[in-house]
Amino acid sequence: MKRFLGFVKKEFLHIFRDYRTLFILFGIPVAQILIFGFAVSNDIRNAGVAILDLSHDEITLKLTDKIISSGFFKKTETLLNYKDIDRVFKKGKTKAVIIFENDFGKKLISEGKASLSIIADGSEPNTATLVTNYTTAIVNDFTTELAGPVLNNSIRISPDVKMFYNPNLKSHFMFVPGVVTLILILISALMTSVTITREKEFGTMEVLLVSPLRPIQIILGKVMPYFILSFINVLLILALSWLVFDLPVKGSLILLLAECMLYILMSLSLGILISTVSANMQQAIFISLIGLMLPTVLLSGFIFPIENMPKIYDYVSSILPPRYFIVIIKNIMIKGTGLMYIWKETLILIIMTLVFIGLSVRKFKIRLE
Amino acid sequence: MMALLNQGCPGKCFLQQKNNYQMLKAVESSGISKKFGPTIALDNISFSVNESEIFGFIGPDGAGKTTLFRIITTLLLPDEGEMSVLGMDSTTDYKELRKNIGYMPGRFSLYQDLSVEENLNFFATVFGTTVEENYELISDIYSHIEPFKKRLAGKLSGGMKQKLALSCALIHKPRLLILDEPTTGVDAVSRSEFWDMLGKLRKYNITIIVSTPYMDEAIRCDRVALIQNGEILSIDTPQNIKAGFSRKLFTVKSAEKYKLIKTLRKNPEILTAYPFGDSIHVTLNNNTLDNSLYEYLVREGIGDAVIMEAEAGIEDRFLELMEKDNGITNKA
Amino acid sequence: MNNTVISVHNLVKKFGSFTANDNLSFEVYAGEIFGFLGANGAGKTTTIRILSGLSIPTSGEVNVAGFDAYSQTEQIKKNIGYMCQKFSLYEDLTVKENIILYGGIYGMSKSLIRERLIELLAKLRFQEYENRMISDLPPGLRQKLAFSVAVLHEPKIVFLDEPTGGVDPITRRQFWESIYETASRGITVFVTTHYMDEAEYCDRISIMNDGKIVALDTPERLKKQYNATSVEEVFIKIARPDT
Repeated sequence: MKRFLGFVKKEFLHIFRDYRTLFILFGIPVAQILIFGFAVSNDIRNAGVAILDLSHDEITLKLTDKIISSGFFKKTETLLNYKDIDRVFKKGKTKAVIIFENDFGKKLISEGKASLSIIADGSEPNTATLVTNYTTAIVNDFTTELAGPVLNNSIRISPDVKMFYNPNLKSHFMFVPGVVTLILILISALMTSVTITREKEFGTMEVLLVSPLRPIQIILGKVMPYFILSFINVLLILALSWLVFDLPVKGSLILLLAECMLYILMSLSLGILISTVSANMQQAIFISLIGLMLPTVLLSGFIFPIENMPKIYDYVSSILPPRYFIVIIKNIMIKGTGLMYIWKETLILIIMTLVFIGLSVRKFKIRLE
Repeated sequence: MMALLNQGCPGKCFLQQKNNYQMLKAVESSGISKKFGPTIALDNISFSVNESEIFGFIGPDGAGKTTLFRIITTLLLPDEGEMSVLGMDSTTDYKELRKNIGYMPGRFSLYQDLSVEENLNFFATVFGTTVEENYELISDIYSHIEPFKKRLAGKLSGGMKQKLALSCALIHKPRLLILDEPTTGVDAVSRSEFWDMLGKLRKYNITIIVSTPYMDEAIRCDRVALIQNGEILSIDTPQNIKAGFSRKLFTVKSAEKYKLIKTLRKNPEILTAYPFGDSIHVTLNNNTLDNSLYEYLVREGIGDAVIMEAEAGIEDRFLELMEKDNGITNKA
Repeated sequence: MNNTVISVHNLVKKFGSFTANDNLSFEVYAGEIFGFLGANGAGKTTTIRILSGLSIPTSGEVNVAGFDAYSQTEQIKKNIGYMCQKFSLYEDLTVKENIILYGGIYGMSKSLIRERLIELLAKLRFQEYENRMISDLPPGLRQKLAFSVAVLHEPKIVFLDEPTGGVDPITRRQFWESIYETASRGITVFVTTHYMDEAEYCDRISIMNDGKIVALDTPERLKKQYNATSVEEVFIKIARPDT
């Protein structure tokens, strides 16, 4: 028993003397609670809604007002005709379009029913479902209010719900792009960060440094094979998603591949940067996996829309590369947009890549200390 | 020359003077110091190595050998002092220097998951040459491991890894070869073979700097520097170092080794008594041997003692220098 | 000879098709300093692991401190001390904490631990280091301390695996004097080393090559047998008989 206690005491001492272990024990749970508490929510807040009002009567205006002032939605645009719908969804800010048919109010009063269409952005199935549910609820509420003084349920507004881009609201429209984003950055960053720290650990880095190889040659030399192999990986994933999930690429395949390679290059450079601050493989793996995975899954807009989170998470998320890539990949794969709609995100990724590579070359020590 | 250095003349100026004569020194260092936090790794190290010499740094772990080698190979910058390697300043001319140095750090630094052949080819290519070009240089060494050339480096025995690492360090025909503890952890036979291989490299005019904790390897060098706690205790040829032993050395043998040591230590006539294999190396206060020591031992119950005068070895001298340095004696 | 503390008969240890120990037979006596020499890969570490209860033989009889190496490994572990080169003490604990920890692991009473702690610190002249972390100690002191900890519980046998690697010559000799002192207390010392001169300090030595024992005797008799002036010469003559 004494033996056992002595051993337990030693373990406590080890833990308290190693600040890294303490950080894992306490820091990570706290961070997780904060993130999960706020980022993860099934509420919507300020979801963008565009109105196509073909009627413009008192009732449509009242109903519009009720929807907008509910706190769940905000009005993005007022549309003038059906052609605008595609355009406004491609922009990305609008999650649903509400269409009031011609003579809405008149029909409602004279015939007792009128037609309302809700078209939701199916590329975000979670949001789409929430938006349509909330809207439907508000509409029903409105109907009840309106019918109030008149007793029988003689008034009905039945919302006709359609999904744009994802007619059957398949959830893998959300998952596949998201998983691609997650996997590419994790694997790429992990691979390069490990390969460099491994040389440090095994002592072969010393010999490389004393050779005529220049730092930029060592860095690019490490990145090149993974770049090529990751390209094959991307083709594989896209093929799988098409064959197994029936998720074809709606937009330009070439553009998609080009953006994927940019993203991969960015991830590989990030891995190199991680390796310059890691003393050994364990640290590199830790930072690559834990440091990247959780924020990517929760804060990049992969599953939970950024708009639904408190503002501060929006700022945090803006330094995460996956956030931009998710937009890019969804746009091309599901919405079929061209470079015109995603140039901002693409530019940001290019800048990030250059910054990572630049920093890595600078921080890459040509000497041992 | 020393006056010039003492003026605090910066690196380039010092080299200017040097380049005025023909370059005879492969390495020239003066006043090198290096600290890691509070620990002093190197303290005012000055030495020079001649071209084509085999120069040894002999000292235990923590003496500063690895730190010094990393400074020579331009991997570390000294805090103070100047170092010129192959006529170039090790701080500023590192790019050019690195092409001319062959470095074998501790732990051999081979790619465990590449084969013998692949390792050799890699290093040849990185240095801009091919295995064939300088094969003659490594043929003696490589022939021992060539039958295993497809085997992964990680699966080689210690002695074979050593030979492969040496081949990789030599493949680009460097002018200066730096070997950091190449014989540590390897059995006595492989160690001896390794030094044979180094000896054969002489005819290629490569300067070789080696470090080792094994004192008996010192005699294989042209000159050695004894290093301990970041300081050089002595630099000279092995012969001269041995001859520098300041007193007479006596060996005492007996079947009961432990009893012998304890008994000797109790004797006030004895200055130092150290176990050395099968005998005790002893120095006497009055430096003369008469019968009194033998009689003392018999009185104390050791009747089979054999006492002889002997020639001091490098290790005896090292111990003497260490004692002076630490200010300790070995009276228990 | 007096009592045998280790007895090995036809020990074989195989790893898959590879035979690390090939039919070894030898005995070690109480209070002896037994040197176990051989090249890296000769099979020394395998044998030591079996003798210290960390591994089980493939076949053969092995008895350590009176316990059977197949079925009584826990008893073996209680009665031996072990010190290896790579790791001995916990770097982020102090000298005192290490001693208390190991004392506890060996099952010693608190008062006995305290007693030994004071003894140890006095003998090594370590009093000022009592509350210093191991990582702050110079390498020579670490070895000495590690050895003292390995024999803290006065075991019957202590196994030392290359205990003096890389240590300065003075410390090396002081270390061997502690080994002598320990052996004179009746504790058997089973040691491996690459320093051939240290082989001379042993009462008897054995040389392993390719899994077999090729020589076993006192240093003096081996030197006579091979017409050599040092154990190193004996070693080389055995390993490369054609030189």
